[in-house]
Amino acid sequence: MKILVAIKPVPNPDEKVKIKGDGSGIVLDNIKMVVNPFCEIAVEEALRIREKQTGEVVIMTIGPKASEQQIRTGLAMGADRAVLVEAGTDLDSLAVGKVLAKVVEGEKPDLVLMGKQSVDDDNNQVGQILAAVLGWPQATFASKIEFAADNRKANVTREVDGGLETIEVTLPAVVTTDLRLNEPRYASLPGIMKAKKKEVKVIPLASLGVDTAPRVRVLSYAPPKQRAGGGRVADVPELVAKLKNEAKVL
Amino acid sequence: MTTEEKILHGGAYLFRDTPPSAVFTPEDFTEEQVALGETTEQFLRNEVLPHVERLENHDFELMVSLLRRFGELGLLMIDAPEEYGGLELSKTTSLVAAEKASMYGGFSTAYAAHSGIGTLPLIYYGTKGQKEKYLGKIITGEWLSAYCLTEPDSGSDALGARTTATLTPDGKHYLLNGTKQFITNGSFADLFTVFAKIDREHFTAFLVERTFPGVKPGAEEKKLGIRGSSTTPLILEDARVPVENVLGEIGKGHKIAFNVLNVGRLKLGACVVGGGKYALAEGVKYANLRKQFGVTIGTFGAIREKVADMVACLFASESVAYRVGGMVDDRLALVPKGIPGYYEVYQNGIEEYSIECAIAKVFCSDVLALVADEVVQIFGGYGYIQEYPAERIYRDERINRIFEGTNEINRMLIPGTLLRRAMKGELPLQEEVMKAIGRLSAPGAEAPAAPFGTEKALLQNLKDAFLVLSGAAAQRFGKKVKDEQETLIALADLAIGVFALESAVLRAEKISASGNASRASLAEAAAKVFAFRTGEEAVSAARRAAFYVGEGNTLQMLLSGIRRATRYDATGLLDAKRRLAAAALEKDRYPL
Repeated sequence: MKILVAIKPVPNPDEKVKIKGDGSGIVLDNIKMVVNPFCEIAVEEALRIREKQTGEVVIMTIGPKASEQQIRTGLAMGADRAVLVEAGTDLDSLAVGKVLAKVVEGEKPDLVLMGKQSVDDDNNQVGQILAAVLGWPQATFASKIEFAADNRKANVTREVDGGLETIEVTLPAVVTTDLRLNEPRYASLPGIMKAKKKEVKVIPLASLGVDTAPRVRVLSYAPPKQRAGGGRVADVPELVAKLKNEAKVL
Repeated sequence: MTTEEKILHGGAYLFRDTPPSAVFTPEDFTEEQVALGETTEQFLRNEVLPHVERLENHDFELMVSLLRRFGELGLLMIDAPEEYGGLELSKTTSLVAAEKASMYGGFSTAYAAHSGIGTLPLIYYGTKGQKEKYLGKIITGEWLSAYCLTEPDSGSDALGARTTATLTPDGKHYLLNGTKQFITNGSFADLFTVFAKIDREHFTAFLVERTFPGVKPGAEEKKLGIRGSSTTPLILEDARVPVENVLGEIGKGHKIAFNVLNVGRLKLGACVVGGGKYALAEGVKYANLRKQFGVTIGTFGAIREKVADMVACLFASESVAYRVGGMVDDRLALVPKGIPGYYEVYQNGIEEYSIECAIAKVFCSDVLALVADEVVQIFGGYGYIQEYPAERIYRDERINRIFEGTNEINRMLIPGTLLRRAMKGELPLQEEVMKAIGRLSAPGAEAPAAPFGTEKALLQNLKDAFLVLSGAAAQRFGKKVKDEQETLIALADLAIGVFALESAVLRAEKISASGNASRASLAEAAAKVFAFRTGEEAVSAARRAAFYVGEGNTLQMLLSGIRRATRYDATGLLDAKRRLAAAALEKDRYPL
């Protein structure tokens, strides 16, 4: 099975990020970029499928040349090769979906795997948009993926509110991965050494002829409110009173 | 610059200028080294740190499984040759892994003992048969290893070992008798590199399997720190070791013991850099949370100054460890692979930098001591309580100034080796001393206005002070100077300060030229704060040395020379400290 895995570089979630003075974005100087954790789960799943069956795992991403570093992480985990659509500016979800669709049309995979959302903007849109643009079935929030013997269909278990839902999709399809699907492996040192020899095909965004004009514009970023200090209550009745009158949650 | 031009003789930094482009710094890491660092760090954060309490309580099964998983990730095969399944990567690569594995002292000790002193003797001195038999198991982590040099009555005096080896009448085995002490990984290691004297005379290394008859690890030691690591004696009672398990040449065990320690010391330098960064991050996180007088304590100058000093010292410490790694790598790159006696030439290449390896060990472990102490102080009363990380950091730190050669032994080795090489004519020390006397007695020139001009002027002066004092010591004590330990240690302190300051300044210069303005500003601040500190400490070391070696007019001349040599205009020091502190507190970690 040929699997295309879309990954997104995001600021390291362990880093404290700062918002630019004018609220136009996040200060990215000296912030380490990493593979979006949900995308790492997608890479891991692709590798496990390849290990069970046979086939090829191709990583794709859209971003500046520097994104190659996150691509190498995927290659070091074990992916076979990669495609980087080189773009200088951030694209909105629709544009990303359309660009990815172009790559998918070229690569013709049996399955596209990607994180259900990226931990930077938390849009949770690209997988769905990509499926729509391609006219493919989609299965989002996957916590389990099983294939029919002939690889024409897959049963995908989805994490939905209050339980699990299992759906059947016809391949090719877009599947987005949730947290409990697997635990991604670490890139091993031999894997890291091999990764540098693997092919990363760079495609200039302009050459794809996709209309990437933004439909969504970010107006401003603001940090979450600083948590105000807590207080002590003397007894349960006071707590209940406060919950009723001050917090208004009862 | 070609590799040949970059290469500096060991110890020559004391009288040569080095351009920034000739030193290896973390800014020169390859993509693969960066990726390796990330993998190692992630593994530590996800798989090791959450289990510290179990490990501290001697859950060695867990420790063994973690080491094996490290093996699966390829982190035990960095130094091993390709023909035995290893990766044969650079020393700087193994330093990256060592640094990142050191967020937890118990783990890093076990890892370093296995992958360093436990594995390297076999790689460097093993026969083809020995490597085929053991190396594959060692570099995958199937077997774990230990190094057994110390004995109850011989620590620093390693050659005073009493363990004996006697050939059996059939000539097939040696019977080993004795006790080896403080064996890291002792309770679970499968293969021990044991040093013993054949016929009470010929100091020799042996590869001893745990299951050989007569081999018995003793009881687990109760230690001050690094409790997650196993430390036991190894008791040998007529332990039967096949003759084919003699490692290296009979009677040449000291070469193995000491050469491996050079790399061990360098790796320890990287380990304590990692430990220090982890400790600093815990300290600043706490300073950002803990409130007194209605504000977080990280807003107080008293705390911020500590943070700034820690950052500056860690910057220097990191610069030292990787610079020495780069020096060794550059030198080893000149050794063609596959030549006969490859590892012998290779060993000589490492031996060339025994001074720098000792500096890395002493300087970086002293920096960790400072950091650990200040982190406890930042935690205040909670620093004394086991539930908080500072307490363990403080206990774990202490051993680093003791093992891999005490810091005293390593200090004395620095001027000792230098003088020995000078006497053999390998280093033009006498000539350089004369030049230094000339420079130091001439009226002081203004520091050039070039970037880092003041720091470089200080550096040159400190080099001269070292040379002049070394000359005075040689004159005063003659050949007996090698036994004048107080003087040797004072000279070592100067030599260490020079190397550390030079490493920090050259790296800051490199970062400064890289175009990343915010990093450059921090690196410049770190260089300034560290230069001031080094200058002040050099005054103490140099004056100590002067009073030890000088009398009358000579003494007065030395003291006034020292006064001139240690002058450093640190204008902007407060601002530099505040910048470093602000960056660390903003990022909740070491900011460079």
